[in-house]
Amino acid sequence: MLRFLTTIPNKKQMVWIKSFVFFVCLIPLIRLVLLGLQGSLTANPVEFIERSTGFWTLFILLATLCLTPIRLIFGRAWQIQLRRMLGLFMFFYACLHLTCYVWLDFSFDWAGVTKDIAKHPRILVGFAAFVLTIPLAITSNNAMMKRLRQRWKQLHQLVYFIAVLGVVHFWWLVKKDIREPLLYACILALLLGIRIYYKKVAIPKKSNPAKASG
Amino acid sequence: MIIHTKSDIIPSEITPKEVFDNRRDFIQKSGFGLIAGAAAVISNPLSAATLSAIAGTAEGNGKPVGHANTSAIIKPFGPHQKIVGYSKTSYGTGEKLTAYDDVTSYNNYYEFGTDKSEPAINSKLFKPHPWTVSIEGEVKKNKTISIEDIYKLAPLEERIYRMRCVEGWSMVIPWIGLPLSQLIKWAEPNSNAKYVEFISLADPQQMPGQNIQVLDWPYIEGLRMDEAMNPLTIMAVGLYGEQLPNQNGAPMRLVTPWKYGFKGAKAIVKIRFTEKMPLTSWMKAGPNEYGFYANVNPQVEHPRWTQSSEKRIGAGLFAGRIKTQMFNGYTEQVGQMYAGLDLRKNF
Repeated sequence: MLRFLTTIPNKKQMVWIKSFVFFVCLIPLIRLVLLGLQGSLTANPVEFIERSTGFWTLFILLATLCLTPIRLIFGRAWQIQLRRMLGLFMFFYACLHLTCYVWLDFSFDWAGVTKDIAKHPRILVGFAAFVLTIPLAITSNNAMMKRLRQRWKQLHQLVYFIAVLGVVHFWWLVKKDIREPLLYACILALLLGIRIYYKKVAIPKKSNPAKASG
Repeated sequence: MIIHTKSDIIPSEITPKEVFDNRRDFIQKSGFGLIAGAAAVISNPLSAATLSAIAGTAEGNGKPVGHANTSAIIKPFGPHQKIVGYSKTSYGTGEKLTAYDDVTSYNNYYEFGTDKSEPAINSKLFKPHPWTVSIEGEVKKNKTISIEDIYKLAPLEERIYRMRCVEGWSMVIPWIGLPLSQLIKWAEPNSNAKYVEFISLADPQQMPGQNIQVLDWPYIEGLRMDEAMNPLTIMAVGLYGEQLPNQNGAPMRLVTPWKYGFKGAKAIVKIRFTEKMPLTSWMKAGPNEYGFYANVNPQVEHPRWTQSSEKRIGAGLFAGRIKTQMFNGYTEQVGQMYAGLDLRKNF
């Protein structure tokens, strides 16, 4: 069943895979537009769009964080080629989310927005997560990658922190029913846990005998 | 009890067509053999006018019921059944009503699920009839009353009220109900009664949301006695001219328009008079977020939601927010009850 993970796609296949993922990532936006045209964005359309774009931001972020664990567990790395596109789609939905908040929710009432960010930890955390995403989006091209070299990797490790902020932002939104944010918190903990396990436990074990022999 | 609102409309301004249509509708549904039930002693001039309109053509079917101020006719019980013989009031004139579909599809009613679209779906099998409400605590004697008798306790009135949810959205809803003060008078609390506690139904069989301990079931709300007796406070049994839909709290719910929406306990089965302030469900769930009073107050921020402004449901995608008013705009009617009370502490 997992054969697609063990066969490495060639260049042409990769183009197809990337196009497919690109289209899939646009579905949430297309859905919102279609629902909007039908007038079926529920009684509170602004909240619905905020929720939907927020959800997809978090979902794509978690999807991005899945790629490395797949490499660690299955030893195949071709899927890492999807990481930049997924990351940028995460940024895209985060931008839609923020635009909806500033425009549809607050009608560009900057004083209101500032007050809202300052007074509500939930908004502050979400806003901080967004701000931290900006440098990652800016440095996502090859030129910046080459220029920053080792520091690029360090910079992009910010994504772990952003993910934690994202989950907290959602957790603090719900009044009492924490099941959904709890699920994302668990997924994030698992994804980060796998990384830590391979870094601290699995890989050092492998390298120990080498050390002993050397 | 006579309700004097600031701009009482005179009887001749009441829309007789709607009353007439309602009457027709009722007569068709109930058949001529059934008792229509009509006016006896009317203390409210508004409902007197309404009822005389009914009595004028429904002669022969009218029959005084007891000595109570009777007006409403509510047979048969069921979804979308019209309530006949309620009077219009001047509350909320000039407000644009929130669409019926929005009022009945966007509900915070955790007994039927925490998503706002869930109550309308999950409450379909809920049975709000037969229904009895028990009265206990600091009263002359414990007693029970059926929902039918609650309908007859006082003339039903339409009250168009703004409703402000703590989450920062609002609606304008044409409720039908009776002043809670009428029900309290009937309940005969004794002099120890300082507070009224409202207890909603706990029945996980009918209320699937109760299978999850999101809140401590049953849902509990409370009011100070003077708040409960305030003319603005009603027990709603209907909206938009019909019996209360299940997702809105059938068969009977509390409406206190100057407080955040969660004060409006739904599907009430028990009313208890107490000497001590009741501990409400939301106070238990988040004491730093939800206070006993829960008065709409743009000056007291909530840790999660902006309280200085709100979104009006149905206003459209680009409508922006409107300023939230102190006591949701009902300061004139309720402000004096909180004179001298620190509303920052007592939020």
